[in-house]
Amino acid sequence: MSGSETFLGGAVTVALGLLCLSFLVTVYRVVRGPTLPDRIVALDMLVAVALGFIAVIGIRTGITLYIDVAIALGLVGFLATVAFARFVLSRGSYREKNAAEGETAPSNPEVKL
Amino acid sequence: MTHVITNYLTGILIVIGAAFALVASVGLLRLPEFYTRMHAASKAGTLGACVMLIAVAVYTDDTAVASRALAGVIFFLLTAPISAHLLAKAAYAAGYPLWEGSVHDEMPPRAAHKDE
Repeated sequence: MSGSETFLGGAVTVALGLLCLSFLVTVYRVVRGPTLPDRIVALDMLVAVALGFIAVIGIRTGITLYIDVAIALGLVGFLATVAFARFVLSRGSYREKNAAEGETAPSNPEVKL
Repeated sequence: MTHVITNYLTGILIVIGAAFALVASVGLLRLPEFYTRMHAASKAGTLGACVMLIAVAVYTDDTAVASRALAGVIFFLLTAPISAHLLAKAAYAAGYPLWEGSVHDEMPPRAAHKDE
């Protein structure tokens, strides 16, 4: 066990700790997020954190098949974000819905989705 | 000798990438509203993931694995701005409000969107 391998092992441990912390913080935003786009951005960030986990685990175990998993995960995350963006667009206006929900007695209930 | 340099470089790169991911998620937690949160997540988060994939490309001895990791980096760098831009545009068109501390809105006629 040379010095550089010890350094790499310590770096892997530190990186895993930092990634765990950022994963938890991002999950908090997914759960808490006041609006739907906040949650979508946090899910996109979760994909990036998972890519980091895959890279670090790939270095630690030496299993290089993880790189293909990372590429596929990046593709799925991109497509999910694009689909969610279309969903946000097609769900209709945030302002109208808030105005309808702000009133105590909704005069036109068909505005609410 | 090469292995020693590779190990040190890989360790530095993965710690830098994980630190960038942590900065991005702290920005996601602390910034006031959606558009600023997206600014943190889509720039720092992408950079963190890309730096860690570059660390895999540095670490491995296999050219095929290194080229696939770099292809993943390029793919992620290409797709992250597209998805962030699309999401911001959709949220703006749906009328999600800017933070009240924002000083300038580059797209003021908010109601004039052709999809509505």
